[in-house]
Amino acid sequence: MSLNVTVVAADRSIWSGEAKRVVARTTEGEIGILSGHEPVLAIVAGGEVRIVTADDQTVRAQADGGFLSVENDRVNIVADQAELV
Amino acid sequence: MGAQQRVFKAKINSTKSLRKIFKAMELIAASRIQKAIGRVKAASPYANALTRAVSAVATQSNVDHTLTTEPEEIRRAAVVVIGPDRGFAGAYSANVIREAEELIRLLTENGKDVHLYSVGRKAETYYTFRDRDLKKSWTGFSESPQAEHAREIGEVLLEDFHTAFEEDGVDEIYLVYTRFKSSVTQEPEYRRLIPLEVVDAEDAAETDQVPQSGGLPDRDKAKAHDEVFPLYEFEPGPAEVLDALLPRYIDSRILAALLNAAASEQAARQQAMKTATDNADELIKTYTRLANTARQAEITQEISEIVGGADSLAASGADD
Repeated sequence: MSLNVTVVAADRSIWSGEAKRVVARTTEGEIGILSGHEPVLAIVAGGEVRIVTADDQTVRAQADGGFLSVENDRVNIVADQAELV
Repeated sequence: MGAQQRVFKAKINSTKSLRKIFKAMELIAASRIQKAIGRVKAASPYANALTRAVSAVATQSNVDHTLTTEPEEIRRAAVVVIGPDRGFAGAYSANVIREAEELIRLLTENGKDVHLYSVGRKAETYYTFRDRDLKKSWTGFSESPQAEHAREIGEVLLEDFHTAFEEDGVDEIYLVYTRFKSSVTQEPEYRRLIPLEVVDAEDAAETDQVPQSGGLPDRDKAKAHDEVFPLYEFEPGPAEVLDALLPRYIDSRILAALLNAAASEQAARQQAMKTATDNADELIKTYTRLANTARQAEITQEISEIVGGADSLAASGADD
């Protein structure tokens, strides 16, 4: 089972694809998401989002403010400004 | 060359050079439409994700937020008119302003005060020329609005929304813009931005058909079409999440309106310039025909003068 991840910024879509693990920083601290995670809606505090893709590559993105949602293995990271690092 | 011919030639030449300008503007607008449509599309994942999230929070938690609760009494409304910076777009700017005037009339009939905000130089000059008060106007980005512009507008609007009525604040906010339906149809329309109406999944079907009683028929709701949201865990809490989401949601709605208006502007301009080019072609044709007739008339006259002269010479020669 893998996660279906999309990273979008206000004016464009940044990245989307299959992933094994997503790590992001929320206002409460870092959150790691694996397949089967409970549904979450959290505020992203800004900082780096690390995505370990299905073929073990690491994608890093800088996300400034926004939120992330997790449901049924679908992860949406919605940031005001974001770019791949 | 006769005087009449010279006049037509001058008209043909000037129409030809105007036609070149129209044609160039048409081509420029045509190439920009694609880009503008692309930007409308590119911004939609963000808007969709936000709409979903806002609906999810609103349906699952019973948080009352100032942005979503209807004020007890709406005494003043803000109207944001989104128009173009440049003309040469046919009736585009006139249409959106007419829609705005219609909305203002409706609001004043309901006994509400109206504060005007404008985007784009054409909208601004329309109101300043008529000595109408503009609370604030933004210009210079009607053709390529960025997320920062939407944020700037959103900030000002939210600030006025949070200000009390007595201190010149507003109770609701409307956006008037032109929706891009296709390259041939663009529709001016108004939407209420705040207070937001987040409709529960159960209510969505009902309110879809029946316009809400009281106020203006609202054509825009964060609809949760029969969608059942999973039970989200909110982090840090529902209220905080909603606090963070709503301003973003508003910014994204403003951005969507700006992008739609930008695409509509280019489409309207392309159409207007196409019509202008066609009209110029028609004019050139008419003047060319008239010039030809004038030339022919001149030649005919010269011939008849020569023939007449020769005849009279021959007649006087026969007398000798």
